[in-house]
Order: sequence, then C-alpha cells, then structure tokens
Amino acid sequence: MTAIELVNVSKVYRRYGGKQFATLKSAFLQRSILRELQPSEAFPALTNVSFAVPRGSTYGVIGPNGSGKSTALKLVAGITKPTSGTVRVEGRISALIELGAGFHPEISGRENVYINGIMLGLSKRQIQDRFDEIVEFAELKDFIDAPVKTYSSGMYMRLGFAVAIHVDPDVLLVDEVLAVGDEGFTHKCLDKFSEFRRRGKTILLVTHSLNLVERFCDEAIWLDAGRAMLHGDPKRVVGAYLTAVEASEEQLLAAETAKAMKEGNAEPDAAERPADPTSTDMFRATEGRWGAREVEITDVQFLGPDSRPAHVFHTGDAMSIAVRVRAKQTTDDFVFGIGLFNADGVCCYGTNTYLEEIRPERLSGEAQAVFAIDSLDLVEGTYKVDVAVHKRDGYPYDYHRLLYTFRVKSRTHDVGIYRPKHTWTFSSNVKFSPGGPSSRSVKTNT
Amino acid sequence: MRYRGLVSSLVARELKARYRGSLFGFLWSFINPLLLLLIYSFVFTKVIPNTTEGAQPFALFMFCGILPWTWFATSLSDAAGSLIAGGNLIRKVLFPAEVLPLVSVFANMVHFFLGLPILVAFLLYAKHYPGPSDLVWFPVAVAVQLIFSSALALLLAALAVHFRDIRDILANVLTLWFFATPIIYPWFQPTVRDYKPYFDLNPFTHLAIAYQEILFFGHIGHWRWLLALGAASVALFLACYWVFDRLRDSFAEAV
Repeated sequence: MTAIELVNVSKVYRRYGGKQFATLKSAFLQRSILRELQPSEAFPALTNVSFAVPRGSTYGVIGPNGSGKSTALKLVAGITKPTSGTVRVEGRISALIELGAGFHPEISGRENVYINGIMLGLSKRQIQDRFDEIVEFAELKDFIDAPVKTYSSGMYMRLGFAVAIHVDPDVLLVDEVLAVGDEGFTHKCLDKFSEFRRRGKTILLVTHSLNLVERFCDEAIWLDAGRAMLHGDPKRVVGAYLTAVEASEEQLLAAETAKAMKEGNAEPDAAERPADPTSTDMFRATEGRWGAREVEITDVQFLGPDSRPAHVFHTGDAMSIAVRVRAKQTTDDFVFGIGLFNADGVCCYGTNTYLEEIRPERLSGEAQAVFAIDSLDLVEGTYKVDVAVHKRDGYPYDYHRLLYTFRVKSRTHDVGIYRPKHTWTFSSNVKFSPGGPSSRSVKTNT
Repeated sequence: MRYRGLVSSLVARELKARYRGSLFGFLWSFINPLLLLLIYSFVFTKVIPNTTEGAQPFALFMFCGILPWTWFATSLSDAAGSLIAGGNLIRKVLFPAEVLPLVSVFANMVHFFLGLPILVAFLLYAKHYPGPSDLVWFPVAVAVQLIFSSALALLLAALAVHFRDIRDILANVLTLWFFATPIIYPWFQPTVRDYKPYFDLNPFTHLAIAYQEILFFGHIGHWRWLLALGAASVALFLACYWVFDRLRDSFAEAV
C-alpha cells in the first residue's frame, strides 16, 4: 500500500512578464491580460520525479539547497499543483513546513492554537480535547495567554510544532523543522516521530541532517537541480550524495586556493610584516604573503592518499603538502615551515625544519619539499595552511600566510581539534545495540 | 460552506486583533460611526445645508446610506489585499484561499452591525420608527449586499495577486462610486431624477435606496430592484468564484 505516490512529476515555476509582478497598465497596453499571464520565463524546480512511499514508512528527501526538496513537499501537501505528472496522497496530511504560519501576533497563544488547529482541519471540540496536551508539549503553560508577538522565536516554533503534530495525521510532512528548539525539544520531536512510526503513520522528511535520514528513514531520495539522482536504501543514498558534495567542494576549494595564490602574488614584496612565525599572533592572523623572495614559493599542493591533488580529506587519511620553490641564488641559510590552523584561527600544529634540527646545507634552482602526514587526525572542519621559506633568524624569503585551504570530513561529529587514534572497549556486561553512529565511528577509524 | 468554522474563527480573530492594545477596544466600532455622523451632520446642515423636503434631519438620512457603504467599501479594499497579506498561509499551508476575502467581508459586516445601534438610537430619537415589514426587508438588503460584496471581493482578491495596481485603482474607484451613489444626496432630488437611467445602472444605488427606505422612511417601494439585484448578485458571485477558482493555482506562486 502506498501512501504517497509521485509519477513523472514536473514543476515549472513561471515568471510573469519577465518581472516579478505584472502591472495592469502593461496588460492593458498590450491589450491582453491573458498574454500577460503566459509564462515568459520558466524555471524547472522538479523534472520527471517519481517515487512512492509505502504506508507506514519514513521517507527521507535530501539534496543541496535549491534542489527541489521543498517543492516536492509542497506538491505532496497539495499547496501547489504539478505542471505535469500526478501526485497521489492517501489519508489526512499535516505539513510541518512553516510552523505557526497562521499565527496572528496580536492575539494570545491560546486563541492562536484554536485558530491554527481549525486551519489544519481540526474541529473546535478536538482542539479542546487536545489543548492541554498541546500546551504541555510546547512547554508554554505560563505564556499561553500572552500575545504571540511577545514570544521568542523558539516559543513560536514550538507552539506551531505542537499544534501541527497534534492534528494526528496519517501522513506527516516535515521540512527541516528539527532546528526548532533547544536540544531537549529536538529530542522530544524525534520521540514524537518515533511514536508516529510505531503507530504506522507515514512520514516524509526533508532535511539536511543526513544523520537523521540514516537513522530514521526506511528509504531516501536524493534530489539535485530538480532531478532524482538516486533513491533506495538511505545509507547508500546518503553515501552517494556525500561523494557528490565532496567533489563539488573540491572544485570550490581549488578555485579558492588559486584565487588566494593570485592575490598573494599581487602584494608588494617588501618585508613589512612581522617575520618570525613564532612571534606572530596566531589568533589575529590574516591571510597574506610577504618576503623578499630570494627563494620563492611557486606552488603549493595538497596531495591525497593516492598522491593526486585534493582539497577534501577524511579524518585519518594520509595527506602531503608539496611545496615547490625557486631559489634565485644558491643559499645555505633556509628553513621550510608549515602551520595548520582551524577555522577559528587556532594553530593546530606548526613546525619547521629548523625546529626539527634538519640542518640546511644548500638550496639552488627549482626544488621541492614534501611534508607528509601519515594520518590526518583532525576533526571535521575547514583548515588553513601557512607555508614559508625563511632564514634561520626568521628573515622571510617567502611567507604564505593562511593562503591554502583544505577540508576534513568525518562521519563522526566529535569535537575539538585533534582526534587521537582510539578504541573503546567494554566489559562484557556493557551492551550496545549493533549499528548506530558510535559503532560506525569505531569501524571507520580503528 | 465547508469552511464555516474557519471563516467564523478567522473573523473573530480579525476583530479581536484589530482592537487589541487600543484603549477603547470594541468601543471604536461605536465611536467611529458616531464621529462620522457628527461630521456629516455639521457639514450638511451648517456648511452646505441640504434642505430637500422629506429627507430631514438630513444627517440621519445620509447616515442610513453611509453605514452600509462603509461596510461595502472597507470590505473591498480589505479583500483586495487579503491574499497578499495572508501570503504565508497560501504559500505554506494547505489553505482554502477563498476564505481570506470572505473573512474581510464578514469582519466588516460585524462592524456594520455594531454601528447599527447608534443609527437606530438616533432614528428613534428623531421619531423615525421602522415599520414591521421593514424588519423583514432589512435582512434581505443585508443578504443582497453580502452576496454582492463577496462576489467583488473574490474577484478583486484574485486579480490583485497578479496586478498589484488594483489596490490603488480600487481606492479611487470607490471614491468615485461613493459620489455616484445617492447617499449624501437623496435620490428623489430633482437634479438626480434627471439622470435616473444612469443612476439605475449603479448597483449600489438600489441598495442605498433600499436601506434609506427601510430605515428612514419605514416603507419599501424599491423591493423589485432589490430582488433583481439579489438575483444578479448570485449570478455575479458564481462568475467571480469561477474566475477565482481558475486563478487559484497561481496564488501560491504569485503572492
């Protein structure tokens, strides 16, 4: 039994008259109101999307912003009609799309609950019966008689959520609403969803939280630019989606680095910046490039485990930083340095050949230095890199400050900067259920 | 009809919200027409006195037409903006859009009813007692106006979504319409009689005359016109609803 079925659904958004709003004047001038209502510009939000959600299952929709997720949801909710194809839904729908969309700011929470409930298809009686439960759920007992305009945005959302969820639908449509409240409320929402599932209700979930999709959904679909890329097992779909995201991030970071490189080059050569890397204020560092360039850094590349240039790595990957330099004259006083910083500007690690007591003897012409890390044990995030060649006394030949960026991805959302290699072991009376995120982290990282 | 509960609760919300936070609250529904009556009686008895035989006290006569006109005019101007103002509902919730312009009409009808006691009080004071048959005809006039206003409200609301100019045009059309209707001058004035065929083309003329006859004169002679307008209004309502329905799917994208 399918609860929701989309067959070859396309949705084209039209722009009328090339402008957002046509005016009567132009319609009259062209003597055709009807023509004015003809689309002059079309934007396909969904193209030939088909999927079916069996009754009682939870179905996830993922994809980047603007991929048509919300449009799909609106079609299922019946708020908009498909341009072509058919949408079929069985049972009563409640859409958690815009929470508290019908709230009137001037009147009290109590009155809004009633009106919102009626809008969502409940009768006055039904609301009366569920009123206490709704208020309880929203945790707004003390404020329910205050006008809604005095509510914080969290309170507003919670009340909206509470009303919508108590409509007791057969099909629940959820659009990214779990960012509703604090941690506690989010848990309550998830519990409510679980309860829905247990009672055999159908849930269609649009979210950016891939974790949630993997944990909650029986099936998932990945939309990109209005097309269905893949659907089926959530783990597989999420995996494929992540791979695609990495590929596009890779491109983005490569472009960024190229740009930073160019800007750095454009800066004057004069050594007007503090030269000694150890004395630089790590926390107020800004990107830039300086140095007299007797030795010039010509190229910096991040190499992945397969020795190919990359910008996106996974925690635990091998990574190398390859630095190409050109010495204008032969020198015996040179130090190669590397610094890794996280997005907050905190230095995660810094070192140079001088500190590691590698004695310089001779550098001439084109040369390359490779800084290899066996295992990149950093938590997920964006990292910036300093690359420098300078004299032992700190006099900079060429100093590249925070010009290079790479990303570290991780399936585990651990915190901090550094992830030491670790394992968990438990005595036999400690039991964990198989699957789940923690066991995955152990699996991937040990 | 399916949305009776929804409309009534939205009307209640509209009324509650309108006066929430104001000092006099619901009293404004009485104060507004009262002030209007004072202004009109000053202007038309002192500044430019109208001494038409049979329409005295003139301020009271005018007031019988102004109250329903206010209901009509504010309904239409509210309705024209109703879909745009309620855009959140239309875009984000599965919501019957026709409810919004209808709520504008009904909410203003409640204001009309609240203004009536003031009018009745002054009528009694001026010894204009309504006859028994008028109590029957008054609801008919209200019903005709309700259908007529609702029809235009639906049409304007639907068109205003696509043509925002409508709201500005409407404000001017309503001013013109007000002066083209025998409200602040009696229809039996000789200068008006000369143009009777033109006045008859104006639907609100018949409503205004009906109200004036029922409330002020205590006998209705205009009932044929009123019933004809009623029948025409039903047809108009169906036509406007059809247009509204045709445009419905475009609302969620255009508001």
